[in-house]
Amino acid sequence: MIPELGLYSLILAGCLALATTGGGLAGAANPVLQRWVLSLTIGQWLFCALAFGALIWSFVTDDFSVAYVANHSNSLLPWYYKVSAAWGGHEGSFLLWILIMSSWMLALVLRSQNYPPPLVTRVLAVLGLMNLGFICFAVFTSNPFLRLIPMTPADGADLNPLLQDFGLIVHPPLLYCGYVGLAVPFAFAVAALLEGRVDAAWARWCKTWTNMAWAFLTLGIALGSWWAYYELGWGGWWFWDPVENASFMPWLAATALVHSLAVTDKRGAFKSWTLLLAIAAFSLSLLGAFIVRSGVLTSVHSFAVDPERGLFILLFLLAVVGGSLTLYALRAGRGVVHVSYGLLSREFFMLINNVILVVSLAVVLWGTLAPIGYEAITEAKISVGPPFFNVFYVPLGCALAAVLAVLPGINWKRTIAARLQPVLVAGLGGLLVAVLVWFVLDPASLTVATAVGLAAWVITSHAADLWGKRKALSRAYIGMTMAHLGFAVTIIGIAVTATQSVERDVRMLPQDTIELAGMKVTFLGVKAVEGPNYLAQQGVFVVSNGDTDFSLRPEKRRYLSGGNVMTEAGIRAGWFADTYIALGESLETAQGAWAVRLHYKPLVRWIWLGAVLMAFGGMFAVLDRRYRTLRARRPSADMAAALS
Amino acid sequence: MNPRRKQRLFMTSFVLVATALTVSLVFMALEQNMNMFYPPADVAEGKVPLNQTLRAGGMVLEGSVERASDSLAVAFTLTDYQGSDFVVTYTGILPDLFREGQGILVEGMLNQAGVFEAVEVLAKHDENYMPPELMDMPGTVSAATAAEPLPRLGERR
Repeated sequence: MIPELGLYSLILAGCLALATTGGGLAGAANPVLQRWVLSLTIGQWLFCALAFGALIWSFVTDDFSVAYVANHSNSLLPWYYKVSAAWGGHEGSFLLWILIMSSWMLALVLRSQNYPPPLVTRVLAVLGLMNLGFICFAVFTSNPFLRLIPMTPADGADLNPLLQDFGLIVHPPLLYCGYVGLAVPFAFAVAALLEGRVDAAWARWCKTWTNMAWAFLTLGIALGSWWAYYELGWGGWWFWDPVENASFMPWLAATALVHSLAVTDKRGAFKSWTLLLAIAAFSLSLLGAFIVRSGVLTSVHSFAVDPERGLFILLFLLAVVGGSLTLYALRAGRGVVHVSYGLLSREFFMLINNVILVVSLAVVLWGTLAPIGYEAITEAKISVGPPFFNVFYVPLGCALAAVLAVLPGINWKRTIAARLQPVLVAGLGGLLVAVLVWFVLDPASLTVATAVGLAAWVITSHAADLWGKRKALSRAYIGMTMAHLGFAVTIIGIAVTATQSVERDVRMLPQDTIELAGMKVTFLGVKAVEGPNYLAQQGVFVVSNGDTDFSLRPEKRRYLSGGNVMTEAGIRAGWFADTYIALGESLETAQGAWAVRLHYKPLVRWIWLGAVLMAFGGMFAVLDRRYRTLRARRPSADMAAALS
Repeated sequence: MNPRRKQRLFMTSFVLVATALTVSLVFMALEQNMNMFYPPADVAEGKVPLNQTLRAGGMVLEGSVERASDSLAVAFTLTDYQGSDFVVTYTGILPDLFREGQGILVEGMLNQAGVFEAVEVLAKHDENYMPPELMDMPGTVSAATAAEPLPRLGERR
């Protein structure tokens, strides 16, 4: 009964979404319809929440007559994994996607008094249309409430052991908040095109939502990377896997959008480009959904292959991209205002930033989709490996860091060269670090020294800038600086981890000792331990680095239902380095030999710490007063924009 | 030329040069870092270039996995169950889901002796999952689905 109610709620939410769209587009200027759209949106959220609640209920009560529950849960599963198993597969995760979509819409309703009613009505109408598409997709191709009656299994097939982890509880919701959140700037862009009005106020409104979505996406990606690192047992943190790329592409577009919006906000320039980026960011997040859910590409986390679903998303994607670009082509050229700026200006630096980000985006897009195109044309199957991406990302990352390091010395419009002096002085700090890195690292690497030196320069120049402006710092400025420092921290983490890690795959007998990056690792043996729904073989290792000893206990788990085997790495996390041990397989010998993977990963935490800094910076900036006193829209600016 | 047009010209050429540079670099890089995929039949018939990084795949032949007694070296045979197979050597830790009868991908080079020297072995984290590369290989789909009585709609991560 409850699952059926869930499905009805979902269908009702779809009907309300249709009404929101119809009402919003027809009556953006009509006060009655404006209020109607707000109420409809609240109703939509309510029914989406009910539908999602019904699914959670089915999981918590072990209702294995629901096919999705039977396939993704088991009565032995701890309760918190039963809840998170709701988004452990395609159908349920898409329901979560829909719930998050309607939650963003609800958030807009709650903040609606800050925007002109016609604008917010149009934005909600566009979002309603997107949600309608998502709900149709769920109802027609991926219904999570399908029943297995009368063939109800006695117990569920269990959740994939990889997903029985804290990572699953938080990673998908945060990531989806980012993915779906990009629909909001998209809707703002479409609404602006419909109204034919893009001004500084619009950019400021749009920026709040873009920052939040971008911050969630950043956190989601970082968490996914961290999860892959500790859960997959390979010790890697990024694999250029199609699904990772699927989340990275909208992130790059959103990052470009955040910067381009800043120019539109402060200087009224880059308007058309901003609109295009807003459209691109959301389209790329739909493309990501297509890549993940259609199974067209080999990936470590594809969902089960179903051509019908892939086709639906592809058609939806084409409709969204086609529709919005047509609108863009018809309307975008209208409000062109000329804003002049010199080479040494923030505007030009933002342009460089955007070019670098878009080039990065093109590289990922090309590397990800090339296998599909190649197969369609030549019928040969290819894969594109990490070397392809690395060739580009090392110079692009360095270039971005170099531009960023100079930024604090640059003014809007134009800058007198003498103003650059503090930045160049800060550059000496970076140079010092680079030289130090050059001599400390073994083997010495020019790339690492350059990357770390540039990142250090970003830190010194931003720190000097903060100090200089300490009396008049706005939250937006602090947020921006935090995000930039986060970027530098991530760059340092990546450069050092990628080149200075020590990785050893060895065969070890009990009592064997081997050396790893100056530490002595002793294997004491393997013992059997029992978890709530698995049996594990636990390896016991003692690591000694002179003055401190610690033990690491990696596990090889066999889950009781289904018999899946999973590696649980033993990790000693540190601010400056991680020690990471994973058990390979038992080498069937009488002495009890095991294949063991040992890693020493310096500064690997910095990659995620930097990302967290970036995300918090983005969120902190939103708290600025200039984004809260929103309603004022300068009529003169509007007129100018509308007339020119 | 007035300053406005000058600025626009400058911006446009900046963007165009960047684009052209990227496109040519992307093609060059792709050319060098693209790995072709070959099924067992191609490897067995000698259609595969030697000493060049590529991907191959197949099902691990039952009873073919041999471990060295003093190192992590391992050898196994990949087959399509249609009469074509080839030997793969690898040194290192095999993935959790590496099993006999499982469809896997290997990345590496084929040597003069016709042995595939793998640097990476990819087995997917779901016993029901078949890499798309192996999907249309004869014999593999039936072998994969036969093992599982209840079709799972599952996701692998």
